[in-house]
Amino acid sequence: MENKIKTLKKKSNRVRELIIEMLSIAGSGHPGGSLSSTEIITCLFCEIMNHDPKNTQWPDRDRFHLSKGHCCPALYATLALCGYFPLDNLKTLRKFGSLLQGHPDRRACGVELASGSLGQGLSVALGMALAGKLDKKEYRVYCLMGDGEIQEGNIWEAAMAAAHYHLDNLCGIIDYNGFQIDGRVEEVMNLEPLVNKWESFGWHVVECDGHDVEALLCAFNQAKEVKRKPTMIIANTVKGKGVSFMEHVVDFHGRSPTAREKEIALKELYDISQSID
Amino acid sequence: MTEQEKLYARDVYGQTLVELGKEDPNIVVLDADLSGSTRTALFAREFPDRFFNFGVAEQNMMAAAAGLASCGKIVFASTFAMFATARPLDQIRNSICYNRLNVKIVATHGGITVGEDGASHQALEDVAFLRSIPHIRIIVPADAHEARDTIRTVYKTPGPFYIRLGRSKIPTLSQRKEFVVGKGYMLSEGGDLAVIACGIMVNEAVLARGILKEKGIDIAVANIHTIKPLDEELVLALAKRYKKLIVCEEHQSRGGLYSSVCEFLSGVYPVKVASVAVNDRFGQSGSPQELMEKYELSAKAIAHKAEELLRD
Repeated sequence: MENKIKTLKKKSNRVRELIIEMLSIAGSGHPGGSLSSTEIITCLFCEIMNHDPKNTQWPDRDRFHLSKGHCCPALYATLALCGYFPLDNLKTLRKFGSLLQGHPDRRACGVELASGSLGQGLSVALGMALAGKLDKKEYRVYCLMGDGEIQEGNIWEAAMAAAHYHLDNLCGIIDYNGFQIDGRVEEVMNLEPLVNKWESFGWHVVECDGHDVEALLCAFNQAKEVKRKPTMIIANTVKGKGVSFMEHVVDFHGRSPTAREKEIALKELYDISQSID
Repeated sequence: MTEQEKLYARDVYGQTLVELGKEDPNIVVLDADLSGSTRTALFAREFPDRFFNFGVAEQNMMAAAAGLASCGKIVFASTFAMFATARPLDQIRNSICYNRLNVKIVATHGGITVGEDGASHQALEDVAFLRSIPHIRIIVPADAHEARDTIRTVYKTPGPFYIRLGRSKIPTLSQRKEFVVGKGYMLSEGGDLAVIACGIMVNEAVLARGILKEKGIDIAVANIHTIKPLDEELVLALAKRYKKLIVCEEHQSRGGLYSSVCEFLSGVYPVKVASVAVNDRFGQSGSPQELMEKYELSAKAIAHKAEELLRD
């Protein structure tokens, strides 16, 4: 157990390094939300989900849909570490001809479906979950959303429907880092009381620290046990997590690091990696 | 002369769904609280496990359709044409079409002949909304039999489709040709000009041909049921042969079949093309017949336009 947690922490840190490196090469992209969602994605792909990088269309695989498509660097890095494609491909992020598009395209190995236009992902995941129920499959569907994203009305349509259809094979995760492009979520368009909202829509809600690997694993495992209700994990996170000058800084929602910022960030992440033991 | 058969295309749609549902357990049907009107309720009664009502939430329905299709389901998603296109346009573009998923959007209540419900419910822009999106194919069947052929064909054809049906009963055409996506056909040849039509306007064009015949004018009539991809071969042949064309549709003249024909011909063989369609206006309440007259969509209007074009 101890080992598993340590491995996940290390992997998350490695994902962060890759995020910084690929965004620096790309010259544009979204570090803040990629860094805040790192542990969530790492825990899913490296521990929770049944999937096979060698057989991406395996019908029984668990599905992951990145509704907050702009945070694809975190997904791409994780997919590469899992062996979906060579690590070297990460250098092509956002480049002409690359499969690693600025927002996910399903041609990228391991990406279930395209995303990027916010607010649609939970519905897409709901469709996958309905198909799973129809086919009497055991697979689960995970959908990662941003906090700003859930201001979209489509999300609440999906919230209603997932509970209506008792989709206990559906697990949503909100990366609650508190910032969106225009500023603090509570100032742009307040979401609170968020737990009550999801509960009142008929969801099982788990709140946890989205950077605490053990807490996340516990939340995901708890969700598996819930019957006849979908689960929403509200993961409290830090935007830009792991890089001191990016943490809680809205500017890094959609700005890639400069060469100098990259060096400092990688140094900080190296130090963190040394401290995981 | 025997009375022309008139059928609800949406009845046929519902019946065809039931037939297909028996043949293929992979078919699922979605609706957004209009299953009685769209006739998907027929499928829901037979196959309640494979029918999902999304309530009044079209965006959720379309994006969920994408998710279902990604897991191998053949998805039919229905509501009124107004609500099947404008409201969930982003979901259709980004979740269905960008992913090139096997979703068949079958909308009923397209066009002005929705009638009494008035302008808010008369979809006159639906084809225009969707026509610019890559991967989607758009079909407007001319009668209930063609609607059945369309549904059966798109069921077997992978990828996203938009099928537009009406609310009212439509007359059955006297001729039928084998239905092929993207292939129009001639209902009659003529001498003076050619009319290209889709949906209920095909029958109006046939009637217009009768009116004009009495005046010594002989028009060709083509049914182009597939707006996208356009049957360029047939359109070009008609342009070359007749030099003057009229395009008829129960839609705004901007963005639909007329636009499609003009966009194509302007690049390869520019000829005079006139439009019989709704001209940049909203509809209003009234009987389908009253509205067809008022908005100049009837056979009379087509005949009038033909005479005008021939005088030029």
